[in-house]
Amino acid sequence: MRHLLSTEALDRETLTALLDDADEFAEVLTRPQPKVPALRGKTVATMFFEPSTRTRMSFEKAAKALSADTMSFSPGTSSLSKGESLKDTVLTVRAMGVDLMVVRHKATGAPWRIADWLDIPIVNGGDGAHQHPTQALLDCLTIRQHFGTLDGLRIAIVGDIRHSRVARSDIFAMSALGADVTLVGPPTLLPIDPDAWPVDVSHDLDDVLEELDVVYLLRVQTERGGGSVFPSLAEYTTRYGMTTERFRRLKPDAVVLHPGPMNRGVEIGHDVADDERALVLQQVTNGVAARMAVLFALLGGDTDA
Amino acid sequence: MHEVVIRNGSVLTSEGIIEADVSIDDGVVTGLGGEIAEGVVEVDAKTCWVGPGFVDIHTHLREPGYEWKEDIASGSAAAAAGGYTAVVAMPNTEPAIDNGPIARFVAERGSTAGLVDVFPAGTITMGRAGETMAHIDELWDAGVRLFTDDGDAVGNAAVLRLVMEYVAQLGGVISQHAVDPSLSLAGYMHEGAVSSRLGMYGIPSAADHVVIDRDLELVRATGVRYHVQHLSSAGGVERIAAAKAEGLPVTAEVTPHHLMFTEEDVASTDPDFKMMPPLRRSEDREALVHGLTTGTIDVVATDHAPHAALEKEVPFEHAPDGVIGLEWCAAVVNGEVGLDPVTFFDRMSTSPAAIAQIAGHGEPLSVGASADVVVFDPNQTWTPTTSVSKSRNAPYLGRSLTGRVRATIHDGRVTAGGG
Repeated sequence: MRHLLSTEALDRETLTALLDDADEFAEVLTRPQPKVPALRGKTVATMFFEPSTRTRMSFEKAAKALSADTMSFSPGTSSLSKGESLKDTVLTVRAMGVDLMVVRHKATGAPWRIADWLDIPIVNGGDGAHQHPTQALLDCLTIRQHFGTLDGLRIAIVGDIRHSRVARSDIFAMSALGADVTLVGPPTLLPIDPDAWPVDVSHDLDDVLEELDVVYLLRVQTERGGGSVFPSLAEYTTRYGMTTERFRRLKPDAVVLHPGPMNRGVEIGHDVADDERALVLQQVTNGVAARMAVLFALLGGDTDA
Repeated sequence: MHEVVIRNGSVLTSEGIIEADVSIDDGVVTGLGGEIAEGVVEVDAKTCWVGPGFVDIHTHLREPGYEWKEDIASGSAAAAAGGYTAVVAMPNTEPAIDNGPIARFVAERGSTAGLVDVFPAGTITMGRAGETMAHIDELWDAGVRLFTDDGDAVGNAAVLRLVMEYVAQLGGVISQHAVDPSLSLAGYMHEGAVSSRLGMYGIPSAADHVVIDRDLELVRATGVRYHVQHLSSAGGVERIAAAKAEGLPVTAEVTPHHLMFTEEDVASTDPDFKMMPPLRRSEDREALVHGLTTGTIDVVATDHAPHAALEKEVPFEHAPDGVIGLEWCAAVVNGEVGLDPVTFFDRMSTSPAAIAQIAGHGEPLSVGASADVVVFDPNQTWTPTTSVSKSRNAPYLGRSLTGRVRATIHDGRVTAGGG
């Protein structure tokens, strides 16, 4: 594996190896000194052309826990606002001596373009509505820790799948690991032409609710508001929200995941979000371990240590 | 001794294809068949088709206003290299070709370059803003016969209807960029399985269809000659076929890129596959190939759209629309569609000249006719690696093509190849 750009091409064996490593790094993170020297001397740059605090902090924590140095780039205060091109920006940062870049960009394919221009590993930290592969790894890690496997699990991804890079990454990773994935939402939020995807589709959450092991709630982009892709937030909650009432109807061992940030009272009920079967904070913790596994896989092979 | 002699080619004449030598002097064809004396320039046309120079009715020469992408001289050189002897320059320049003086400027710059005849198209509306009628009479008097706001459809039906009425009485052509601006607003590739997988915003085929359907109704009302630019979908081909069956004065074009590539090529996220309308499904590509073969689609037009390298060195969705094609169009048509020479010259030369009302181009060779001639080898396989155009935004570079222009002759002078 030279880069991590997408989950689409990752097979079960590769995913399993990354999750196994992530489990070990998760243990490291519980030690009194949560740090190993695996990437000492390496430099990881987080290039977030689209603003993000959480994902960037998670990557930086992962790099530091592996003893790598970190550098970060923010578009607001950078040369981009002076008119520098994307290509010149990444070439410049590369020339400072960077061993790996984590790239987030609002344009689909931007990490692929950068991978073509540079000679170092690129990790896709989220491109447009396309892919966010480390999110899929942390989601699968969380589910595997809970159930021991993804094989045979019924997972529903609920909400704005059409505009979600999280969904696109999760679908392929979860399927490759043996889960049955159902996409749930109104037609305007489901992907166009999903026939080529390894999924079932439903417009009715209540219809599939009681068969599910995992309910994966996507964030409703409240800034979109209602009236364009669905009538109103209230109607969305009525049809697709994980209300307390719906939560009670789930199987007793079913769990709820959410990539954050949550809109309590919209896609997830206030009490549901705090229930022990809502694994949202465990996902966040696992994010660091999963990203450690990725950085180690891409940079660990050629360490001198 | 003749100025130019073309030896041993298969020559398109009004009698069909004949094996003959051709002599050219003083800008006209002086001999066709029989014994022909030596030429100062001898073009070996063995295994080649010899016919009227290609005519492109959809070329972006970018001058005035965007000379870093292309100018009239460099675009003319690219056209000559691709076998063209006449091009219609699109009016989406800066300023737009919406009045007589700018149209004359473009034509004169073409004459100065001297490599192809440059015929400016005029806009439908002032500044291509879609609101008020362009200086149609001035444009007509400057020689403009084809009117288009290319780059944008005319969204306002009332505005379009009035310009259609006005142009109809002159006998001109309305050439429509048939992509609905509201359905295509957020999109930048075909809406379908590939856009869905990539998370890219799509442009449905319906964006083309709603414009064509509306316009055909206005054609029925006004009787104007109506040309649909760059068909991209099977549904578009069906609509043109139905309109022709109904007897409406309708013609249509297809680009080389829509004949060769599909939405699958966009999965590379290479901005050289970004254009408007977008590359669609393989079924659509097949319908376009079939439509060109049967004549539902009248012509191949390049939509040659130069953009500088720095403008395409960006993520896909940020790149400007369009690719260049003048230099490889004939090869793509030959390789992807495989037309016989008579049909090939009809789609590349004769019908384009007829639609754009260009005299002296596109006619089968005959003694006394203007010497605008192309020598095309349909069997040569080659892989282009660079371009004559100022720009390089060409998905053809690095690909094997079948068919190559051996020589282009404009007004009796060799403008490309030869020797």
